[in-house]
Amino acid sequence: MADPDRTGSHGWRGELGVYRRLVGARIRSDWQYRASFVLLLVSQVLVAGLDLAVIAVLFGRVDALAGWTALEVALLYGLGGVAFAVADVFASQAELAGRHIKAGTFDRFLLRPLSPLLQLSAGEFALRRAGRVVQPGVVLAVALAGTDIDWTPDRVAMVPVALASGTVVFGTVWVLTSSVAFWTVETQEFGNAFTYGGNHLTQYPIDVLGPWLRRLVTFVVPLAFVAYFPAAYLLDKPDPLGAPSEAALLTPAVSLALALAARAVWSNAVRHYRSTGS
Amino acid sequence: MTAYRGATAAGVFTNTVFGFLLVYVLLAVYRERDEVGGFDVVDAVTFTFVAQALIMVVGLFGDSEMAERIRTGDVVADLFRPVDLQLWWAAVAYGKAGFYALFRGIPPFLIGVAVFEVRMPPAGAWPWFVASVLAAVAVAFGWRFLLALSAFWLLDDRGASSLGLLVAVFMSGLFVPVVFFPGWLESLARALPFASMLQVPVEVFLGKHRGADVHRVVAVQCAWALVLAGAGRSVLSRAVRRVVVHGG
Amino acid sequence: MAVVALDGVVKEFTVARRAGRFRRERSVVRAVDEVSLSIEAGEMVGYIGPNGAGKSTTVKLCTGVLVPTAGRVAVVGADPTRSRTDVVRRIGVVFGQRTQLWWDLPLRDSFDLLRHVYGVHADRHRTNVDAFVDLLDLAGFLDTPVRQLSLGQRMRGELAAALLHDPEILFLDEPTIGLDVVSKEAVRSFLVALNRERGMTVLLTTHDLVDVERLCTRLLIIDHGRLLEDTTVAGIKQRYGGERVLVVDLEEPHPPLEVPGAHVVRTDGPRQWLRFSPDRTAADVLARVAAQAPVRDISVEETPIEDIVRRIYEEGPR
Repeated sequence: MADPDRTGSHGWRGELGVYRRLVGARIRSDWQYRASFVLLLVSQVLVAGLDLAVIAVLFGRVDALAGWTALEVALLYGLGGVAFAVADVFASQAELAGRHIKAGTFDRFLLRPLSPLLQLSAGEFALRRAGRVVQPGVVLAVALAGTDIDWTPDRVAMVPVALASGTVVFGTVWVLTSSVAFWTVETQEFGNAFTYGGNHLTQYPIDVLGPWLRRLVTFVVPLAFVAYFPAAYLLDKPDPLGAPSEAALLTPAVSLALALAARAVWSNAVRHYRSTGS
Repeated sequence: MTAYRGATAAGVFTNTVFGFLLVYVLLAVYRERDEVGGFDVVDAVTFTFVAQALIMVVGLFGDSEMAERIRTGDVVADLFRPVDLQLWWAAVAYGKAGFYALFRGIPPFLIGVAVFEVRMPPAGAWPWFVASVLAAVAVAFGWRFLLALSAFWLLDDRGASSLGLLVAVFMSGLFVPVVFFPGWLESLARALPFASMLQVPVEVFLGKHRGADVHRVVAVQCAWALVLAGAGRSVLSRAVRRVVVHGG
Repeated sequence: MAVVALDGVVKEFTVARRAGRFRRERSVVRAVDEVSLSIEAGEMVGYIGPNGAGKSTTVKLCTGVLVPTAGRVAVVGADPTRSRTDVVRRIGVVFGQRTQLWWDLPLRDSFDLLRHVYGVHADRHRTNVDAFVDLLDLAGFLDTPVRQLSLGQRMRGELAAALLHDPEILFLDEPTIGLDVVSKEAVRSFLVALNRERGMTVLLTTHDLVDVERLCTRLLIIDHGRLLEDTTVAGIKQRYGGERVLVVDLEEPHPPLEVPGAHVVRTDGPRQWLRFSPDRTAADVLARVAAQAPVRDISVEETPIEDIVRRIYEEGPR
């Protein structure tokens, strides 16, 4: 049934184009409420500042945490913070799925020939969250310059790889915990423990955690790969529990595996929604 | 209320997780030194779990219901009812405090007790602790109320509330006990109402204030509660006047 | 090939109710109970039933929002369960109670965004937009944000939006609900024209029986998830219509006419209302009236369809 007037199914490049336009639409909508936008933007920047303020306060009292100096912790903070902020801009909208389901507006996504996750991300896009990247970005730059890193080519490559993978890890944690909303709508807060808690966790060397928690954070919810392992690799810092520094090289693979898992869980969640209604 | 079972359980989970994370970081600090600002490691761990327990009780993160009503304009209907708006929302705050104390406060605390070494209040401190918490609820409410009222002027209070709550939360010692702050910041936090919202009641729990000292800090809390309530009242009447003049 | 084909479709929901203070009882509700129907291209079908009958659920099953518990659904030749995006790309849907437009942006922007969402060529899109702006009289508020539109304006916008990508069938769920009379008329005339001139297949659920009367050639009646009737409006009236009334305007006032099988229920000067039973035709009654007195003008009043449908709901199918 070829119709010359229709361009047909999108393909991933086409979907990206549609995504861009839908995001633009949302930004234009938000701009109608300018004052609120500005204030929220400012508060976003400050929110990110709080975590940094905590670290600053702690290092006002001690010189090192679990063997990591202030600048080294700053590196953790920078890597995790930038990854988290970028994931926040593109993927955090998934946590709003529950609200849409409750309000009955989720069906609208199913009536359009696009992935519901894409529509959710674009439709609830919040440009102001981009403000959260600035401060961790600055901290990251300062830390990279200030710490004593032996800049071999693989280490140079590690920085963007870690950031990209870290973003994917946080993004998938968001999607995974938001999928719960399709089964029980009341437990959205449960996801916050993983996303915001996760962000908080990556700012510190995982050595601070007890042994079984460390294992959890390495093998189950691989937050250790967002900042800790890459940073240990960059700084050539031996891991007190004996993990090889090559662990950092697994980072892209880990994030890819997690992304595939998230995709499967989300699809399953949508299928469940279509079976049970709201 | 039992309809919110799922949400409450999720909330307990979140509180517990955050509590654990904070404790672990503090433990790392105490590997380097024995005491900070008069708190030893047991104090710090206890502080964290009591603080987590008190977050919802005191209402540190705001009451979205109240703010929402003001933002959507539903509050105009409330203004014409014969019930005083400020007293009404204060009563709601205390009601929620009671509920949260039982269902959101105690469980994470118990989990913390089970896993870590925690210090319980000395004899005679309990009644003062309760008094301090009740005062803290009032102080936190007073601050929240003022922030929510900004919606009458700004149309959307989310920005102002967000900022105001963030500052309050940080300065109240939730992320890091106020005693850890550098001297100047600690003095500032204590001079402002924020320390009275969380730091003070937890210090009473830890037995950091004895005798006349306890009377003093709770009195300061009450003073702040009154000051904020008074400010809230005058801003409210100005807001009401504005509504009547501008038509909502 | 049928545009819509349902074959033994069942949709069950598990409903949890509170039984006592802490226990919860689960029961299974059949919102759609073995419904089979098919709709051919160009048909304009009305789908009616009391609240909770399963109308919206059926539409959701056709549009891929819900998947059936049992049975097969085929829309535009594909299975909306498996090929959601393929099906959705070729159908148009308007839910009367929920908007699909972008709330804070001008109507024009919604149209533009939909072009990209559905992948329609720019020229084709422009042609369609122009046509619908004209047919639905949208020019006056194309640049108004959707949140500022009246319900009638918004509904016209939604209709246009649902058609911009040249769908093969249009699903409408309560499109006239809450509209004022003028807007309802505008929507109805538009749908009639759409069906007549473009051959658009339409499935329409509604509570407004004037919609049904004006628009639908075929009528499906559903209750408790079961299809009670699959017939035409005329057929329904014929079977359930019962008595009708012949209104005659005589040349001059006359004492109540005497016609076997009919009786006068009201007179007003030269006008008389004669109610006659279904076994008589209007023509027959008229002939007998004309034999008694000269007739200037006539009209026939049917039993309003509301009454008919109410009886079907209450009594079940005949």
